[in-house]
Amino acid sequence: MTEWIISILLLIGGSFVLVGSIGLVKMPDFFMRLHGPTKATTLGMASLLTAAMVFFSTTQAGLSVKEILISLFLVLTAPISGYMMIKSAIHHKLESIDRTKGKDNLEE
Amino acid sequence: MRLEARFKWLPSPILSLLLFLAWLLLNNSVSAGHIVLAIILAIVIPLVTSPFRTKQPLIIKPGLAFRHLMLVLYDIITANFQVAMLILGPTKNLTPGFVKVPLDLTHSMPITILASTVSLTPGTVSAEVYPWEENITENKGSKQKFLLIHVLNLKDEQALINTIKQRYEAPLKEIFQC
Repeated sequence: MTEWIISILLLIGGSFVLVGSIGLVKMPDFFMRLHGPTKATTLGMASLLTAAMVFFSTTQAGLSVKEILISLFLVLTAPISGYMMIKSAIHHKLESIDRTKGKDNLEE
Repeated sequence: MRLEARFKWLPSPILSLLLFLAWLLLNNSVSAGHIVLAIILAIVIPLVTSPFRTKQPLIIKPGLAFRHLMLVLYDIITANFQVAMLILGPTKNLTPGFVKVPLDLTHSMPITILASTVSLTPGTVSAEVYPWEENITENKGSKQKFLLIHVLNLKDEQALINTIKQRYEAPLKEIFQC
């Protein structure tokens, strides 16, 4: 039973991380590429860590809850790193694709 | 907005709580010895470090803060599915855009929280807060601030701005009372 739970969690996590990476390859410009890794991976990593938590709690003695800390730090750092990257991209005046709306907001 | 804590010996309650939980989680145990050690660390570290940390606004309404946290967590989960759908769908139909959201918040700490929530929730990444200022804490009556966000699939700009303001900014204003 626990094996099933762990496998399903691993599959969900793996597919979300995969979707995030597909977004990284598929999107046409830098700004759109950033959306995949900042979001699709949060849930992916969360389910992978939950799987680790279930696995170590059932196979070893005692509960394993360290993984909660990892997910907490991930949620804290993912937006910051995304923010730093998009900010530097704006300052380097990277090209965004032509159909991007509201480009004039960038000028200031 | 309140910067000074109610008790002198507990300068930042949330930091203390986080230290307490982090110590127990790191050691993976709730034995009496670890709890005592965690309490000591949670009280001593904020006391020792408070002179060289800038004062941050305190959470005035913890209940609302907790409810807001739950809402944001729920939104993160739905956001993941939405963005996954957008990524897997045809790229041609996506209309990305930059949107300027006027901010009512003035302090750097609530703005940081708002920018992070925007980054983690549906189809938006916060890009910049401007006009830029050296120290946002000091001048309260300063210029109107804007949060520049990049949207993966922009449909209705005004609706998006309203959602961000009502769903994420209004609770933050109430939590910090600023």
